[in-house]
Amino acid sequence: MYTRTAFLNKRKCVGKEFDVKPEIFFLLPFDSKSGRSWDSNEVKMSVELDVFVGNTTIMDEEVYQLWLDGYTVNDAVSIRMKSGILEQFGTTEDVLESDTMDHYRTFQMTERLLHHPSKLVNQVLFQIPPHRQAMLIERYYAFDEAFVREVLGKKLSKGTKKDLDDVSAKTGITLKSCRRQFDNFKRVFKVVEEMKGPLVENVQCNFLLSDKLARDYAAIVFFANSRFETGKKKLQYLTFEDFAFCACQLIQNWTVGAVDNMVEDMDVDLDKEFLQDLKDLKILITDKDMLDQHKSLVCTGLRGKIQVFNEMEGNFKNLSRGLINIAAKLTNTKDVRDFFIDLVEKVIEPCKADRWLISDVRAFLTQYTNSARALDGFKHQAVWERYMCVIKSCILKMYHD
Amino acid sequence: MPGKLKVKICAGRHLPVMDRASDLTDAFVEVKFSNTTFKTEVYPKSLNPQWNSEWFKFEVDDEDLQDEPLQITVLDHDTYSANDAIGKVYIDIDPLLCSEAATVICGWFPIYDTIHGIRGEINVSVKVDLFNDLNRFRQSSCGVKFFCSTSIPKCYKAVVVHGFVEELVVNEDPEYQWIDRIRTPRASNEARQRLISLMSGELQRKIGLKVLEMGGNAVVGYLQCFDLEGESGLVVRAIGTACTLDKISNTSAAQLPACNSPSKEIKESPPVHPTSHGCRSTHNSPIHTASGSRLTQSFSVSVPTLIYTGMGSGGSAGKDGGHLKTLLRQQTQSALEQREFPFFTLTSFPLGFLIHAGGVVSARSVKLLDRIHNPDEPETRDAWWEEIRQEIKSHAKALGCHAVVGYSESTSICEEVCILSASGTAAVLNPKFLQDGCLDCYSENRLEDTSPPSCGFCHIPYDELNMPFPAHLTYCCNCRRQKVPDVLFTTIDLPIEAAVTGKGCLIQARLCRLKKKAQGEANATAISNLLPFMEYELHTQLMNKLKLRGMNALFGLRIQISVGENMLVGLASATGVYLTALPAPGGIQIAGKTPSDIAYEQHISNIQKKINDTISRNKELYEIHPLEISEEVIGSPIPEPRQRSRLLRSHSESSDEVSELDLSHGKKDAFVLEIDDADAVEDILSLLTDAPLPTGFYSCNTENMPGIHNWTSSIQMFTTVRVFRLNNVNVTNQGLNKCFNDLCENLLKSLYFKLRSMIPCCICHLNFTVAVPEDELIQVAATAVAMTFDKDQSQEILKSNTAPMKAISENEEQLQFPMELSSDSPSVQTFPPSKGTGLLENASPQTIQGTSRATSVDYSSFADRCNSWIELIKLKAQTIRRGSIKTTPSLDKASPLAEGHLRLRSTPSCTDSTVTVVKMTPLSFIPGAKIIKYLGIINMFFIRETTSLREEGGVSGFLHTFIAEVFAMVRAHVAALGGNAVISYIMKECVFMENSNKNQAQCLINVSGDAVILIRESEQEGVPIQTHGSTNQTPQSGGAPVS
Repeated sequence: MYTRTAFLNKRKCVGKEFDVKPEIFFLLPFDSKSGRSWDSNEVKMSVELDVFVGNTTIMDEEVYQLWLDGYTVNDAVSIRMKSGILEQFGTTEDVLESDTMDHYRTFQMTERLLHHPSKLVNQVLFQIPPHRQAMLIERYYAFDEAFVREVLGKKLSKGTKKDLDDVSAKTGITLKSCRRQFDNFKRVFKVVEEMKGPLVENVQCNFLLSDKLARDYAAIVFFANSRFETGKKKLQYLTFEDFAFCACQLIQNWTVGAVDNMVEDMDVDLDKEFLQDLKDLKILITDKDMLDQHKSLVCTGLRGKIQVFNEMEGNFKNLSRGLINIAAKLTNTKDVRDFFIDLVEKVIEPCKADRWLISDVRAFLTQYTNSARALDGFKHQAVWERYMCVIKSCILKMYHD
Repeated sequence: MPGKLKVKICAGRHLPVMDRASDLTDAFVEVKFSNTTFKTEVYPKSLNPQWNSEWFKFEVDDEDLQDEPLQITVLDHDTYSANDAIGKVYIDIDPLLCSEAATVICGWFPIYDTIHGIRGEINVSVKVDLFNDLNRFRQSSCGVKFFCSTSIPKCYKAVVVHGFVEELVVNEDPEYQWIDRIRTPRASNEARQRLISLMSGELQRKIGLKVLEMGGNAVVGYLQCFDLEGESGLVVRAIGTACTLDKISNTSAAQLPACNSPSKEIKESPPVHPTSHGCRSTHNSPIHTASGSRLTQSFSVSVPTLIYTGMGSGGSAGKDGGHLKTLLRQQTQSALEQREFPFFTLTSFPLGFLIHAGGVVSARSVKLLDRIHNPDEPETRDAWWEEIRQEIKSHAKALGCHAVVGYSESTSICEEVCILSASGTAAVLNPKFLQDGCLDCYSENRLEDTSPPSCGFCHIPYDELNMPFPAHLTYCCNCRRQKVPDVLFTTIDLPIEAAVTGKGCLIQARLCRLKKKAQGEANATAISNLLPFMEYELHTQLMNKLKLRGMNALFGLRIQISVGENMLVGLASATGVYLTALPAPGGIQIAGKTPSDIAYEQHISNIQKKINDTISRNKELYEIHPLEISEEVIGSPIPEPRQRSRLLRSHSESSDEVSELDLSHGKKDAFVLEIDDADAVEDILSLLTDAPLPTGFYSCNTENMPGIHNWTSSIQMFTTVRVFRLNNVNVTNQGLNKCFNDLCENLLKSLYFKLRSMIPCCICHLNFTVAVPEDELIQVAATAVAMTFDKDQSQEILKSNTAPMKAISENEEQLQFPMELSSDSPSVQTFPPSKGTGLLENASPQTIQGTSRATSVDYSSFADRCNSWIELIKLKAQTIRRGSIKTTPSLDKASPLAEGHLRLRSTPSCTDSTVTVVKMTPLSFIPGAKIIKYLGIINMFFIRETTSLREEGGVSGFLHTFIAEVFAMVRAHVAALGGNAVISYIMKECVFMENSNKNQAQCLINVSGDAVILIRESEQEGVPIQTHGSTNQTPQSGGAPVS
């Protein structure tokens, strides 16, 4: 007797199925039995199954964003309803829910492909025009400013991931979205960590991101690798963009890649030799004569050119000590982490306290750098330039409210 | 040993991790054909293995080549235990057996596993060396081309349309064999997939043999279905139309003078082709001796069937209406009577093929399934179908027709009960296409109908005095020469030459009927008792809805009745249209039964008002303004009413005069609906619940959307499936109906919402398939395509009326046609020469055409000469025109593949993708593109099963993935054949079963279509007159960028 329901009962699992990995794509139990239902006269009807599959995969950017932001189907439906879409197209909530559900399913199916964007380009399951693919990838790897500021410089470990609920609570970003962003950071980090060649290019090639986004990821990877401290209260006023800029400066000037562009980790690790050489700069503060000479040269150069001349003159030795001490300590990994704190504490805060304008800071740092060249007995010009050009641009970038 | 199959396994990619220790896979490949197996080396520790094997050679019979699929299995090598299968690829090598189709299959195929779905891809190359087989008694039919499309394929012309071919093979279902108890679900699924693949191959080969026997070389409108009869077996059956097709070669035509130029092929989107003459008629269908004894063994109920003619009143066809056949009909009859079944699965025809369409004929019968004892002798099933076809044939006869077009067959099975259905459109065909004629004798058609093509098919084929049913006849509003019915229902596509007012729209009638659960014969009887009522109600619904839209004809009518354990579900879909030739439909009048009650009166008049409002709103929406337009049409120079031969018709003239007075629109009798009980009120209200189409949307279930011609190139094909559960067991018919109606409406609403970014657009070929998979479940599935069109142009065209444009295209169409006409004998009467010249002076193409086509029995030999002279002039004009259009024959040069890549590169893409973009459509054309080659039929059957339903996203997630996988596999196969599109794509079967408690589900999907190579129309020269514009070309070739 042919009974369609009977068929599955008949199925006995004889012989071991050799499932290697159950491929679980679906984390949300959105397809629960309690689907949509409506009453129609006395008959109750519920939707058991509802799918729509296009030959060209239909993807609504708005729904994609809601999905990326980690909203549940129900939340997404109510958000969409608030946008007035029902009235605009004269449709019902049912329809909207079905549409949202379809999209969520599609996105969840594409998600594992998005983890390896090169796979998305060569996959056969979804026919997606190239520009839509680019959009999907770009949006998937985009991150929230608030989130990245929480995680920047932290070790991308399981421990950090466990703390994401705190991050979620603090930033108001859904936990799901936080997880996605964290996993993105981690994935990119894992892939490019040990790669040869320039970091930005590696990110771009492997994840098919836009130039801007690739640079941001390079910064995130760089920060995560060196574990720079960015979360301290004093650093809170800094934006991700500030850090990304600084990271870029550091990558370009202080890493191994700045001198040799074909070594492993070239853009991720700071140039050890250079850090060692930085110790030599200590002479600028340890040698009393040189310190005085340096000060007088700077004062001469800046007299009448900055508004806070007196404050500068009075504070010169402290500032100089601060700058040189940062340089000298960079051989310690711990102190590398505190690089930005040190910059803020030793340079930016004292200047701010004396109400230096950014132009004053610029003039001072320029003069300070240049004057060192004229010092007798100072033989570390190359290291000095390499150090100061980064310090200068970082400080100037970070010098704001 | 007439063939050598060569297979090379190149590489794999994206393979799954099979060894968890290393996170890698040691993959190798088994290549199996028939009983021979080859293996590649193991490529160790890689997810992207490069086997680069030698060419594996199989020496096989061509019979096997046709039947067997090439089976490629990818495995993971395991030193200590059995090798694990990763997945399989079945490749149908049939396209390689036909010289005009593909020459090599080469590409990345998704590796498919029935439990895990797609698991990576494998790159395979396949070639076939065929040796000529001179054996006359061969079992193979290599070289016969198969087309799913129900019109003559674009780059061919039909030389002869032979007629109906059918075949059926049965086997035991592996799922129900004893061995299934001890094998894994995977093994069972694979056995089933392989068996169906094998049976499909066998079926196709057998049909091919029949075609060869008939002297044909192709099957058009090939429709293969399978019936899962459960314990009683598995039936794979197919029907089609045998034809002799000639390839229209672009190069040769450019050199040849006029008559065979293909340039029109480029221009015409809708499939109208010059064709065919005579036909060598042998047996179209084999004689299956239906042994009566067998038949009686199984229980069978034949259902009295309605004949839909649109006459409002159904009723079994009475007498044979052909007592007073015209000479014409007698002639054709004789040509067709030699055929057992003068059926055609085509839905659109070469110009002049269809003379009259009589109405829909359908037959259903309820059968009890019995185990098929001997698979080699599938007589029972054959006999069943034979019976149904006979019935259809007699219905057609009753309508005064000798043929059935747009013919299709279907089944619905529940437990051991099976409903067999067949339907088609009774028609009178042009004898010219059906006579034994030879190509060389250049001759005039002596038996032409007198009606212009824009309305001729609407004219009644039956005799007015001997009508098979009561009908209201009037003179044709277009030519005013012959009678037409007030409403016309057909299963075919709207003929391209038909004169239409306004736009068409999808009309659905939906119906649920409860049925008591029963077993065996009682069940079958109950069902067969219900069927006529359902048909009647569906028919009434269709009629009401048609009137409500102010339309007068239905095309593409498909009525599906599905049986479940406790209910029957009926769904009729059709495309409504206002045929200019038919009289304007009257409104709907509501009549109450008890006029005494004032409140009741009030209520009635309210409803009446609502209905009237709806009608006028609909007329606005579909741009039906018949008065103005009919004026234009009629105003165009129509030849004066000629001295028609009244020999046969004179006796009915008196009544004609009366009806002629009735021609004024709007004064027609209204369709009266009587409200006599609550049911009727309910029915009428439900009429009004059909939600209006959102602005910018149109929909139809046919190939052509009446009233829209200027398609832009953006298309989006989709499949949607919904399953609903009825939670309340104690339901009434009405509640059930309302529910079903709601769910269909909801599904439509969803589609409109999803596709909103494509506005203005039309959803074409929107055919719902309903099934009742379980007690309280209703499954609705649809595959359709949304196509955008140019709004401004459409309005313009509407204003200026479609007539001139259409006429020109018709004219072009005609070109080949006169050259091939076979004039046999001069006729009786004389034709004043002045008329001929007058017509020429008028120079309206339509007029010329009208006359030239209107050569009728009554014309003299002089008229014949005159006509051929007109044609000659026309030919010359055409040559000149064509000469100016065609400059260089550079059509075929660009390989579409290369072109595809080029296109990909030009778009801003992040990485060069290796995946070819493949367009899909259920229609036989893609707007803005020209089909330059047919690569063969795609006919694929997949089973997917899961034991981790929840993890895969529940039933919806499971099916969503599966449908996406099916699409992916179809696209991959097409791309491997060198194609870039699938046309006439349909999902013939989607059987879904689940057991949520066990976390299991299983689904079977069967799809088919024609793989083709397309090139964009803008890339060719000479597209002066276009029915579907190719503006707004998007850079993507992969359908619409829809957000």
